[in-house]
Amino acid sequence: MDSSLVMYEEEFERITQLLNRLRVDASAKIVFLVDKNGQQIAGAGEIDQVDTTSLASLTAGNVAATDGLAKLIGEKEFSILFHEGRKDNIHISIVGQRLILVVIFDERSSLGLVRLRVRKASSDIERVLSDMELKAQQVGASNMASPFAEITDEDIDALFSE
Amino acid sequence: MSFINYAAREINVKIVYYGPGLCGKTTNLQYIYEKSNPQQKGKLISLATETDRTLFFDFLPLDLGSVRGFKTRFHLYTVPGQVFYDASRKLILKGVDGVVFVADSQEARMDANIESLRNLDENLSENGFELRVIPYVLQLNKRDLPSAVPVDELYRVLNFKGEPTFEAVATQGMGVFETLKAVAKQVLYELRRR
Repeated sequence: MDSSLVMYEEEFERITQLLNRLRVDASAKIVFLVDKNGQQIAGAGEIDQVDTTSLASLTAGNVAATDGLAKLIGEKEFSILFHEGRKDNIHISIVGQRLILVVIFDERSSLGLVRLRVRKASSDIERVLSDMELKAQQVGASNMASPFAEITDEDIDALFSE
Repeated sequence: MSFINYAAREINVKIVYYGPGLCGKTTNLQYIYEKSNPQQKGKLISLATETDRTLFFDFLPLDLGSVRGFKTRFHLYTVPGQVFYDASRKLILKGVDGVVFVADSQEARMDANIESLRNLDENLSENGFELRVIPYVLQLNKRDLPSAVPVDELYRVLNFKGEPTFEAVATQGMGVFETLKAVAKQVLYELRRR
């Protein structure tokens, strides 16, 4: 339960590539990957137009609340959420039980197209996710030092020095 | 559960402010938001009712600087304190790295403090955590009120593992940053230990 999610350069690039491809294939404005705790993982498209940190946290809250609703009525989960706006729409789906894939699109795309492309991309992302977890385990098992293993008290104090 | 991103050289951790209704959890976040540099902080998001009671959570992202070349990003959350929002509180504790318990020092709120602490213990276990081992700080808030119970007594009733404890007046900012620092330090020590 207390295992950290760890992402290395290689997986980050693979995921970013997948998100970029999904953005083009689905004619979306923004494609965004968040973990269920609200941590932002990667994104593609016009992400500098939105506050991605807030987007990540609210998406995770939204999914958590919807999960709670599902359990209340005896469903395992609602794997897709869709919010329709006047101009922009948000499609949210769960990937590999741990991540949330967010696609923001407007009239240049359609719900059908987004759903179709998301399905394909999800299985690709899932594969990267399982590689990531495997790698984290191997690295953990081989006792390769985490960057924090050598933090000193002074390092920590320095953060709060001002 | 922290998220370590080697690609972006970032570490993200989640801190949750817990405590009974109206104890000052949101006020803590508001003060931190007001006093932090614009470069350090993101937007403060409050999902609140029309009467400004927290409905789901408040959220404040805060960059504390770098440790060993890694940016440390703290995500601060509050829970809704009112008893009937328990389902929401459980959700917010998911993946938590550190907890601040904000106690209301007023005599009339002693039972509410104890009840909320018990509720925290339960909800943490349901999420697979243990209050005894998770990074944890106690804040005794509202020290300025005339009906505040003496600190010794609050300490005796609410402090259960010798956790760092701070007196606070969150509306004026007293004790707010001390509390945050103490919990952030514990979380970083915990990362080192793992």
